[in-house]
Amino acid sequence: MPDFKRPNALIDTPTHYCPGCTHGIIHRLVAEVIDEMGIEGDTVGICPVGCSVLEYNYFNCDMMQASHGRAPAVATGVKRANPDKFVFTYQGDGDLAAIGTAETVHAAARGENITVIFVNNAIYGMTGGQMAPTTLPGQFTQTTPYGRETSREGFPVRVSEMLATLDGATYIERTMTVDPKSIATTKKAIRKAFEVQKAKKGFSMVEVLSTCPTNWGLTPLKALDWLKENMLPYYPLGVYADKGGNV
Amino acid sequence: MSKAYEILTAGFGGQGVLFGAKMLAEIGLLDGKEVTWFPAYGPAMRGGTCNCSVVISDTPIGSPVVASPNLLIAMNGPSYDKFIGTVASGGKAFVDSTLANSDASASKPVDGVEVFNLPATQLALDNNLVGMANIIMLGKLIKETGFASAETVEKAMKLVTEGKEHLFDLNMKALKIGAEY
Amino acid sequence: MNKVLMKGNEACAEAAIRSGCKSYFGYPITPQNEITAYMSKALPKIDGGVFVQAESEIGAIHMVYGCAGSGVRCMTSSSSPGISLKAEGISYLAGADLPCVIVNIQRGGPGLGTIQPSQADYFQATKAIGHGDLKIPTLAPNSVQEMVDMTVKAFEIAEKYRTPVMILADGLLGQMMEPVSFGNIKNNAEVYPYGANGHGGKRKKNITNSLYLDALVLEKCVNERFERYTKIVEAETDAEFDKDADIVVAAYGSTSRVVKSAVEMARAEGINAGVFRPKTLWPFPEKQLKEATKNAKAVLVSEMSMGQMIDDVKMALEFKLPVEFYGRQGGFVPNPVEIFKKIKELGGKY
Repeated sequence: MPDFKRPNALIDTPTHYCPGCTHGIIHRLVAEVIDEMGIEGDTVGICPVGCSVLEYNYFNCDMMQASHGRAPAVATGVKRANPDKFVFTYQGDGDLAAIGTAETVHAAARGENITVIFVNNAIYGMTGGQMAPTTLPGQFTQTTPYGRETSREGFPVRVSEMLATLDGATYIERTMTVDPKSIATTKKAIRKAFEVQKAKKGFSMVEVLSTCPTNWGLTPLKALDWLKENMLPYYPLGVYADKGGNV
Repeated sequence: MSKAYEILTAGFGGQGVLFGAKMLAEIGLLDGKEVTWFPAYGPAMRGGTCNCSVVISDTPIGSPVVASPNLLIAMNGPSYDKFIGTVASGGKAFVDSTLANSDASASKPVDGVEVFNLPATQLALDNNLVGMANIIMLGKLIKETGFASAETVEKAMKLVTEGKEHLFDLNMKALKIGAEY
Repeated sequence: MNKVLMKGNEACAEAAIRSGCKSYFGYPITPQNEITAYMSKALPKIDGGVFVQAESEIGAIHMVYGCAGSGVRCMTSSSSPGISLKAEGISYLAGADLPCVIVNIQRGGPGLGTIQPSQADYFQATKAIGHGDLKIPTLAPNSVQEMVDMTVKAFEIAEKYRTPVMILADGLLGQMMEPVSFGNIKNNAEVYPYGANGHGGKRKKNITNSLYLDALVLEKCVNERFERYTKIVEAETDAEFDKDADIVVAAYGSTSRVVKSAVEMARAEGINAGVFRPKTLWPFPEKQLKEATKNAKAVLVSEMSMGQMIDDVKMALEFKLPVEFYGRQGGFVPNPVEIFKKIKELGGKY
């Protein structure tokens, strides 16, 4: 059994994430993939606005901070001018599926050869728990204090399903990080997404269902259960697009 | 070429109003003059009336927008109606009489404006030069104004047909028809 | 040097390419479309050339942010309503100290306004191009030749001071053809050492960022930026003007050409009029204006707007001289006779 060490692509520093938040796990998985592919020196990461806004302090590769929702456009600018470098964005649901919908959809439609790590926890975390485009029907948030009422607030956006309809989206998978098995599956998906990029086969995205114990008002363990009970039926896991073949 | 020209070309979009104006501007440039070419742009280009201002001068040009031309090419009725009254006294107007009836128009030139009617569109049809009525009009304008030497005109035509060499002879033929009408 | 007839928009694009800008991100809007079209034709033929028609003006400016942030010279262009959309990205570019060139081929507003020429974005460009404490050098060409010269200059200023630079032109300059020479424009583009483009294990990691949650750090950062702005004011402020005029007519861009004709008409009638023409709008040429108005009795400002630069003129003159205004809106370009009449009026009054 190999030593359990901090990946080189992660900086040895405390993060600002709340206890029980799965961002830390997902950061680690991205860093492990970067290490295993030996691409830290050739990688540029794009941070969003949201809980992972300070991510540039945690990764060892070159980083950029983008304005709210614009990470896929920023990534496009980097990637087009540096086609041999690896470019990934790391975005939450508000950033990617509300204010940044246009940038997300069109980066996928253009088949931009970038990798998007989409962390979906069904809520705006950084600003204190408001309704997100992925907030479930009936879910209580700061701005849906009576529960998300679909006749008033509409329905959640299923991003993976939506993007998978686009010819430019080469690889789309939805995973979660609730136990060792699902964490391993998520890492495999992230690796595959980066491999698609390496093979210059187009747009890849891994949507990771995530918890927000703080804003959901649950303990970390109960938050994991809530995810499985409530998010999984609405956001089924699986591979939604895989047009790249073996990479 | 000695004096300052303020030229307005006008017609339907698609009649080559901008191209004809560009030819005049190229001639001015070859003659070592200051030149501006400014088109009406936007929806005007899509089949409505279209016009283009060309200024050719010995001195630096202030406004490239020609409000009171001393040379007008009007290639259809609406252009004639709109612009004939703006031509400065002493100026010349060239009218495609196939598409504009100057006698029937309520708009009239001011005193001292010389109007030349020629059925450029019909002449183009008769000579298998469809789409070159604009060049026939130029031929007439160049002839009546002593605008530039034949050599300069030919050089300018070479420039504007660059990459479409097959059009050079046809355009030169159109110029000749206009000049000889 | 051989001159060719070219539209201002096309000449701007060609100048950018010749100076080494190989990356362009744009979105269609009249009257700047020729820049985008020119780039889409030219850049794919250049080794490493990048052209992207973005999903929006917002997308385009953030692609510029990514490209410039990765150390590569780039530009975008738009017209008034599109510049409003770019405002967010321009603020981030300024906050991250990234060089780039943004061309505004102004049209009339507010709202959708008109596609005809206008100068109503002066305030936006010089006072409020984005949220936060920031300025961007703003160059105001008045001919197709200057569309070339100032595009080259804009990249120089952008990279020297690590700032976005705006070329504030208008529909007339963009659409007009004039003879233009490209002289010997040098391709002097180099990858910025601060670009986040993969450290390759050879240097410390680069971060492109405008977020500073520590007040001390942000204050220091803003102060450092304003020290650079002071240097820009000292070294880059530019104007051309007549000396010793009684009536000074101040105008920039397209209007300054018309003003020149009007001033010549006035002089022919014995009025001692002169032109004051800022070539940089920010920084505004205050010292030059003072010099131009040393013996002046009054100043006339002419703009294709309801009067925006006039505020800078009054402030630069410390409200000591009478300043009057003549403007056209709606897409009208004033004609020299209109302005000449106003000069005559001032000549009689002061």
